[in-house]
Amino acid sequence: MNRRELARALSSAESITAPQRPIEPWRVLGVTGSPGVGKSCLVDRIVSHWLGCGERVAILAVDPSSPISGGALLGDRMRMVSVDAGDDVFFRSIATRNIPGGLPSRLNRMVDLLVHEGWTRIIIETVGSGQSEVRIVAVADRLLLVEGPARGDVIQAEKAGILELADLIVVNKSDLEGADRVAEEIRLSLNLSEGEKAPVLLCSAENGDGVDDVFAAIDNLPSARGPAIARARERLLASHQEKLLSHPKFADALKGLSEGRLSIEEALSMLQ
Amino acid sequence: MGALSAIREVQGCFTARQVMATPLRIIIAKPGLDGHDRGAKVVARALRDAGHEVIYTGLRRTPEQIVRIAMDEDAQVVGLSSLSGAHGFLFPRVCELLRESGLGDIVVFGGGIIPERDRPALIEAGVSAIFGPGTTSAEMVEFLDSLEV
Repeated sequence: MNRRELARALSSAESITAPQRPIEPWRVLGVTGSPGVGKSCLVDRIVSHWLGCGERVAILAVDPSSPISGGALLGDRMRMVSVDAGDDVFFRSIATRNIPGGLPSRLNRMVDLLVHEGWTRIIIETVGSGQSEVRIVAVADRLLLVEGPARGDVIQAEKAGILELADLIVVNKSDLEGADRVAEEIRLSLNLSEGEKAPVLLCSAENGDGVDDVFAAIDNLPSARGPAIARARERLLASHQEKLLSHPKFADALKGLSEGRLSIEEALSMLQ
Repeated sequence: MGALSAIREVQGCFTARQVMATPLRIIIAKPGLDGHDRGAKVVARALRDAGHEVIYTGLRRTPEQIVRIAMDEDAQVVGLSSLSGAHGFLFPRVCELLRESGLGDIVVFGGGIIPERDRPALIEAGVSAIFGPGTTSAEMVEFLDSLEV
């Protein structure tokens, strides 16, 4: 498959028949975090690092579609200078298209295809602020959570349950005041839970401080970890939701519910 | 499709393009050494609001980069914005590279400061439409809706 055929195939993920990728060695890094924490900038650094190691890197950048118009403005690639740099890097912007539940399995198939076509590292980047975003990044084999020095983000991440899914947490913008305090808050929060703790690192993607340690931590992520189960759970829930949404009687069930003809239980049994 | 139409039914009425399952994927690009992108961003926003998926390249892209982006993003349309006066070279170059890459079916339109006398040559080179200052977003949306892509 040449580059153009690959790009075309990714548009119709439903028809992708690539084999499921192996669990190890892991290939897919999910990167998530609140808006403005510097995800794109950090991803740009990671991509450059991997390209330097001779990897072939594909980035899938997910942004929300407007719930009103259905359109989307996809601007992630303008912030990544490394992605227009040659044949070993592939960047694709993806809009969520307001199909709840449908995106994770579509992404999973896209990733399987990319791995099958010889892309050795794949990054899924998305804004992580809610349940649907958690499900999106749960497609990844490993998850990097990016935080910033602004207060309040940590609580948001905890609420969404992202902290427990993360294999590595990076507090970006370490050159700004408050970053080390946020890192400490996250460590404290992680200490409240049992089991192995995800490492918490500080870096500045802007000036490069600490990024080498982040690369090393990513490249040395342990093989099997607790988050694997949490992520599998999200994947299972996502595909269950997708099944529900694509059920032929789904519209009828909605109508029945909205008109008060059906109870939730009746609607559910209709969709079994 | 059942789920999708059900969701749309719940959300209310939509234009013809929005009801279609797949929106157009449109690259809005700034070729060459031109640091002004207010217009490109306004256009990108307007096309998003019309239900399209718009990928903005950022400033100072080469024609080669723009064609690569159009390929990787599987776009159907490329919009080029130039205010620097270099449109006479850059726009035809993008059209030529698209054809060379087997992407000749991608529709190219242009905008920015493009003098009337320069337009026939650009159209000749493969640019489908030129939208200058004063164009309404409705005109652009109408142009895109009329495309057979």
